[in-house]
Amino acid sequence: MASNRRTIEGCFQLMGGAFAGAGAASSELKTVLMSLGVPQGIVRRASIAAFEAEMNVIIHAVAGTLHYEVTPAKIHIDVTDMGPGIEDIDLAMQEGYSTAPDWVREMGWGAGMGLPNIKRNADAFKLDSVVGEGTTLEINIFLTEENYADNT
Amino acid sequence: MLTIHDIVEKLGLDVKAQGDLQKDVAGCYISDLLSDVMANSKDHDLWVTLQTHPNVVAVAVIKGISGVIITNNRTPEAETVKKAEMEKVTILTSPHSTFDIAGRLYQLLMSGSDK
Repeated sequence: MASNRRTIEGCFQLMGGAFAGAGAASSELKTVLMSLGVPQGIVRRASIAAFEAEMNVIIHAVAGTLHYEVTPAKIHIDVTDMGPGIEDIDLAMQEGYSTAPDWVREMGWGAGMGLPNIKRNADAFKLDSVVGEGTTLEINIFLTEENYADNT
Repeated sequence: MLTIHDIVEKLGLDVKAQGDLQKDVAGCYISDLLSDVMANSKDHDLWVTLQTHPNVVAVAVIKGISGVIITNNRTPEAETVKKAEMEKVTILTSPHSTFDIAGRLYQLLMSGSDK
């Protein structure tokens, strides 16, 4: 019902190198979306995009934040980090291109698929970066009346 | 359709973390690249990998993977097992190579789907 509809949001601090904690933000977002009755396919797209975004901060940056906001109209995820920044965004978007160090690649990350995966799962995607300062990423996945059935 | 339990029996796998062993196995995806698994694995797949660290569990949960098989005598890290138990993700191990496991899974899953 329209009167029950509200915005649900969450914010996570991410630390560079903190691999063991990766997935906390995407997992909470997944729980929120499932409780709202969002269809599984959309939940999965949002979870993949959020998890890849978390990993990018953990792999490349010193620290960052992931903030999500769910409204009846959309799932909005924004990620801001203090990191090296991206020199060439077009190149970074190319599947297979990565600047991740070898030890990260040995873990199976850094295959140059993270940003393309995010883009593929998002309805709208915006990446901005300043070399030496950091990167901001904005992801939107749109919802419709039918797939946001907040019964709470 | 075969369940995880069937696969454990037929392949002689060790159960390192037990999720729902009655889960159906629809297919299989083999990769050591986690973003590749996130992009290309399907719901109810088994995932065969050499990776042993806790991020494996997070990927398996997001993708609805039925179970993870770690090959070549590798052991999942303690933190991986802990996370897997918390998230009810089944983690299995085998002394055999990925090639051997893949071959046997192919036979099992393909004959299962034809009949």
